[in-house]
Amino acid sequence: MNSLFSQEVPLSWYLLLSAALFSLGIVGFLIKRNLITMFMSIELMLNGVNLSFVTFAHQWHAVKGQIFVFFVMVVAAAEAAVGLAIIIAIFRTRATLAVDRVDLMKL
Amino acid sequence: MTAHLHLWLIPLLPFAGFLLNGILGRRLPKSLVTTVALAAPLAAFGVVLNAALGAFGIVSSAASLPVIETCPLPWINAGVLHVDFSFVLDQLSLVMLLVVTGIGFVIHVYSVGYMDDDAGYARYFSYLNLFLFFMSVLVLAGNALVMFVGWEGVGLASYLLIGFYFQKKSAADAGKKAFIVNRIGDVGFLFAMFLLVANFGTLTFTEISTKLGQDPGWQGGVVTVIALCLMLGAAGKSAQLPLYIWLPDAMEGPTPVSALIHAATMVTAGVYMVARTHVLFDHSPFALGVVAIIGAATALFAATIALVQNDIKRVLAYSTISQLGYMFMACGVAAYSAAIFHLVTHSFFKALLFLAAGSVIHAIGGEQDLRKMGGLRKKLPVTFWTMTAAVFAIAGFFPFAGFFSKDAILYAAFLQGTSGKVLWFVGLLTALLTSFYIFRLWYMAFMGESRSPDVHAHESPWSMRGPLVILALLSVCGGWIGLERFGSFLAPSVGARAAEGGSVHLELILSIVAVAVALEGWLIADKLYRRKPARPAQWAAALPGGYKLLVNKYFVDEFYGATVVKPLLAFSRYFLEWVVDVGILGGAAWLLGGVATFAGAILQHWQSGNLRSYAAWLAAGAAAVLLFLLVPWATVLATLPAIHLGMAGH
Repeated sequence: MNSLFSQEVPLSWYLLLSAALFSLGIVGFLIKRNLITMFMSIELMLNGVNLSFVTFAHQWHAVKGQIFVFFVMVVAAAEAAVGLAIIIAIFRTRATLAVDRVDLMKL
Repeated sequence: MTAHLHLWLIPLLPFAGFLLNGILGRRLPKSLVTTVALAAPLAAFGVVLNAALGAFGIVSSAASLPVIETCPLPWINAGVLHVDFSFVLDQLSLVMLLVVTGIGFVIHVYSVGYMDDDAGYARYFSYLNLFLFFMSVLVLAGNALVMFVGWEGVGLASYLLIGFYFQKKSAADAGKKAFIVNRIGDVGFLFAMFLLVANFGTLTFTEISTKLGQDPGWQGGVVTVIALCLMLGAAGKSAQLPLYIWLPDAMEGPTPVSALIHAATMVTAGVYMVARTHVLFDHSPFALGVVAIIGAATALFAATIALVQNDIKRVLAYSTISQLGYMFMACGVAAYSAAIFHLVTHSFFKALLFLAAGSVIHAIGGEQDLRKMGGLRKKLPVTFWTMTAAVFAIAGFFPFAGFFSKDAILYAAFLQGTSGKVLWFVGLLTALLTSFYIFRLWYMAFMGESRSPDVHAHESPWSMRGPLVILALLSVCGGWIGLERFGSFLAPSVGARAAEGGSVHLELILSIVAVAVALEGWLIADKLYRRKPARPAQWAAALPGGYKLLVNKYFVDEFYGATVVKPLLAFSRYFLEWVVDVGILGGAAWLLGGVATFAGAILQHWQSGNLRSYAAWLAAGAAAVLLFLLVPWATVLATLPAIHLGMAGH
C-alpha cells in the first residue's frame, strides 16, 4: 500500500492521459453538432495540452511550463466569455445551435 | 561665385505662379490671378536684370561670369556618370534669359488684354508661367540632362498651350502633332546624350569643351554623329526641315502663345542648343555643313510657302520657320554670335508681328483671313504703326533691328568660300521673298479698303497696345548695338568669329545689296497688292500647278501622311493591336485567367462552409505534420528495399 502511493507516477502515464483528453476533444469537436458541446471539446483539448505542459514542467523542474499553463487558462477564460456571447448571439438570431445550419455569413 | 545671384529664383518664381494659378486659379478673383501671373515673370526678369547689370558692368558686382550654381544634393551618381542639377549663367544664357523673361513678361501683359473674356483665364496664365519655368531651366542648364528637362518641359507647355482650346478638334490635333513631331527630334537629343556619356563620361558642357580642347584627336567620327543627333533635336524644336510641320499647325493656340512660344522663345531653343554645344560642331566640319544646308534650305523653302498663305498667322508661322533657318545658317558657318544676334532681334520683331496680328484678329472679332481684312490703318493706328516697325525690321531695312542681324548672317556666310557664296545667295533670295510676303501681309491687312465693311473694328485696350509699343521700340533700336559689340560680349561663351578676307568695304556693299533686295520685295508687293490688285489672281491662274503647290505647302503634310503616318497607323492597327495586343498579351491574360478559374472551380469544393469539415481538414493536416516529423523516414525508406530483396530471396 505504502509503496503504491509513495512511488512516482511515470511520465508516460501523464502523457497518455493528456493525449487521450486531447483526442477526445478532437473527436468531440468533429462529431458533435451542438455548438456548446463543440465549445466544451475545445476546452478539453486545451486542458489536455495544459496537462502535458505541467507534466514536463514537473519532469524538468522548469517553471516555464506552469507559466504557460496560466496563460492558456487566462486565454481560455477570455475565450469562454467571448465564445459564449457569440453562441448566445447566434441562438438569438437563428434559433438554433446546430453548427451545420450556421454556414452562411449573412442571415 | 562670391556674390549670390540666386539663379534658382529665375525658374522657381514662374513655377510658383504656375502652382498658385494652376491649383487655386479657379477660386481666386481675377485680379489676384492677374497679379500673380504678372508678378512671377516680372520678378524673374528683375533677378535676370540684376545679374545683367553686374555683367554689363553698369553696377559694380563681385560676380564675374560664368556663375555656376549647383544644387547641393547630387542628382545622378551612377558609375562614372555624375550629373548635378546645376545652373550656369554665362554671357550666352544671360542674353537668352533677358529675351525669355523680358519678352515673356511683355507678352504676359499683352495676354491680360487678349484673354480678358476667356473662361480659361487662370489656366492660360498658369500654363504660360509653366512655360517660363521650363524655358529658364533650359537656358540656365549647366549640363545636357538639365537642359533636356527644360527641353521636354517646354514641349509640354507648348502642347498644353497649342491645345488650349481643346474642345476644338483641330487645336487638340495640332497639340498632339507638335508633341509627336518634337519627340522625333528628342530621340536625336537623347542619342546625343548617350554618346556623350559613352565617349566623354560627362554631360556638363564646360567639361565636354575642356576634353575636346585637350585632345586634338576629337575630329569628325563620333563627334560628327553626336553633332548630327543634336541637330536632329534642334530641327525638331526649332521647326527645321524635315521636322518643321508642327509649327504652322501650332497657330491653333491663342495668338500671344504663338508670339511667345512659337516665334520668340521656345523655337529658338534649338539655335540656343547648337550655340551652347558649339564646340562639338566646331570639331566636325561635316556637321556644320549639314546645319548650314538645313538652315538655308528651310529658310528658302518656308519663305516660298509664306508667299501665298492667306491666314495672317500662317504667314507669320512660315516666316518664323524661315527666319530660324537663317539662324541655323549662321550656326552652320560658325557665326554663332550672329545667330544669337538674329535670335534676339527676331524675338523682338516676330513677337511684335504676332502680337500686332493678334491685335488685328482681336479687333475684327477673330477673323484671321487676310482676304477679309484691309483698310485697318485708320481704325487701328497703334497696331498699324507698331506693325509697320516690325515689317520694316523683318524685311531688313536700315536702321531697323532686322537689318543688322540679317546683314551679319549674310556677311558671315559670304566669307565662307564658294559654298558660302551659295548660302549667301540663298539667304539673299530668302530676304527678297521675306520682304515680299511681309509687305503683302501689310498691304492686305492695313491698306486699301476694308473687304468686310460690316465688321466694326476697334483698337485694343492699353494692356495690349503697351506691349506693342515697347516691342516696336525694340524692333527699331534693338540692332543698334551692332554685331561687333554683341559678338565680343558673347565671345567667352561661343567663341570669337574668325572671319578672313572681310573688310568694311565688302560689308558695306553687301548691306547695300541686301537693302536693295528688300526694297525690291517691297516694290513687287506694292505693285501686286496696291497698284494692280488683280495681278496676283491672274498669276495664280496662269501658273495653276505652281500656285497649288505653294498653297498646299508642297504637299509635305500629305507626303508624311502617306509615307509615315499611314503605315504606322496600319502597323499599329493590324499588327500591334490584333497580333500583339489581342493575340499575345490578351491571350496570355486569358490563359492566366482561365487557369485561375479552372483551379478555382475544383478547389471551391473545399470551401464547403461546413465548420466540421474545416476542423477535420485541420486535424488531418496536423496529423500529417506529426506523422512527417515523428516517423524516421530515412530509416524506413532504407529498410524498404531490404524487405523487398528479402522477399525476392525466398
